Amino acid sequence: MSQGLVEITPDPERPAALPDVQAPQRPLPVVTARRPLRWLAAGGVLVVLAMAASALVTNPAWEWAVVGQYLFAPAVVRSVVVTLELTGLGIALGFALGTVLALMRLSANRLLSAVAWGYVWLFRSVPLILQLLFWYNLALLYPRLSVGVPFGPEFFDFGTMDLIGPLTAAVLGLSLHQAAYAAEIVRGGLLSVDRGQREAAVALGLPPARRLFRIILPQAMRTIVPNAGNEIIGLVKGTSVVYIMALPELFYQVQVIYNRNGRVMALLLVAALWYLILTSVLSLAQHYVERHYGRGRA
Amino acid sequence: MSAMVELRGVHKSFGGLHVLRGVDLDVRQGQVLVVLGPSGSGKSTLLRTINHLEKVDSGSVRVDGRLLGYRQDGPRLFELPEREVLRQRTQIGFVFQAFNLFPHLTVRQNLMEAPLYAQRRPRAAVVALADRLLERVGLADKADAYPRTLSGGQQQRVAIARALALEPKLLLFDEPTSALDPELVGEVLDVIKDLAVGGTTMIVVTHEIGFAREVADLVAFMDAGRVLELGPPAQVLDDPVHERTRAFIAKVL
Repeated sequence: MSQGLVEITPDPERPAALPDVQAPQRPLPVVTARRPLRWLAAGGVLVVLAMAASALVTNPAWEWAVVGQYLFAPAVVRSVVVTLELTGLGIALGFALGTVLALMRLSANRLLSAVAWGYVWLFRSVPLILQLLFWYNLALLYPRLSVGVPFGPEFFDFGTMDLIGPLTAAVLGLSLHQAAYAAEIVRGGLLSVDRGQREAAVALGLPPARRLFRIILPQAMRTIVPNAGNEIIGLVKGTSVVYIMALPELFYQVQVIYNRNGRVMALLLVAALWYLILTSVLSLAQHYVERHYGRGRA
Repeated sequence: MSAMVELRGVHKSFGGLHVLRGVDLDVRQGQVLVVLGPSGSGKSTLLRTINHLEKVDSGSVRVDGRLLGYRQDGPRLFELPEREVLRQRTQIGFVFQAFNLFPHLTVRQNLMEAPLYAQRRPRAAVVALADRLLERVGLADKADAYPRTLSGGQQQRVAIARALALEPKLLLFDEPTSALDPELVGEVLDVIKDLAVGGTTMIVVTHEIGFAREVADLVAFMDAGRVLELGPPAQVLDDPVHERTRAFIAKVL
């Protein structure tokens, strides 16, 4: 036994079950166990990390100079803005529609509930890229769009091509697709709130809108936010799919540039770095939003 | 004294389960009714029909002379629009077994929500009311705390204050002490006793026989969806008519 540690010996005068309260006056220091395998594993990981760093830095094919040259090029920055716009609109419209769908799905009205279920089924089942192409080519199906009574008179009439350009088609496709996922996330959030909360609000005579927006939704947000964070980050990267519509978002833009100058890897790296930056900022924002909705919880 | 609560032939089923099998009940203004009975006897369901948290299948519930949740027109009852039902509910305070405080709102916000948004009373008056009620349940210093930071007994006292914030004609308690640690039961019962002495009409579902003996004007014993016995505590607790009541009280005491 090392110095400084007090040895406890059983006192024959006392029953064994009672700890000896008189002998050790000083607190007993704790020596943590050694874990040599953990150190070994950490060392191994360090070596692998060093190899990866070396591969990135020493190989001239990455063309870091070119990466630096294009990272903040005006064309690239403009395309990042388009990516952000698509993400923002897709999430905002997607979650707005998704919330409506979730409420429909939970409605006592069978038709509303069935329609919401059918929407989620349809828009979750068809790949996003197909949906985008459908919206983009809507004019082939319906050359003109009109607003009016079904099977009856029409009030307004538009040319589809004038109304739905590539940007509108992309936003439409992304938000309608996103709404299907958002509906399930919001529904899960609403269901996660204890039944007693709704009952208490009802018993207090609170009006339905107040119950939803003040009592139920803020509590549902605790479940919604982490999943919504996933979706937002997913959509930042998911917007790259719209390159097929020749929309100048980040991924399309870097393709345009490397088709011109042949610096494929460097420009893909530029895009990757931007996606990293955007998702990191969003992850940080998510942390603060979660903290906000976690208030009152120990 | 006028009847505050009047139930006539109330039936309620959940699927195939017939929970209330024809309940008649009268509670006059200022009276305290304690409802006893084994679990599954329909006590909680009965209480929940009295503020229309559960709709009845047949029969009528009147509070302060007014039919609850329905409008009578000749021989038929028409369901009232939700706005009307909510307005009726603001005259009835309900205290839940599990407190059901809003965890994301502070204690004061919990109290102010219904007076502000269900009754549309002016904010200044509501703030004063909330602070007065917290004083009354002995929690004036917890106004800005979140419910989760309080003990179970304190949370239930906040829940009682929240029900009182409606300034209701009638208070309903659904096993208010059953979710509490034994040493916290007393503080909650004391608050309820104070209200009883103050002349508030209330119906309390509980297993606390001692509380019933001390505070109740009337004790009802329920079994299998019926009120088996109804009378002053001395009669129901000490000299019950039914063997079933006697057996239950012997077991609980």
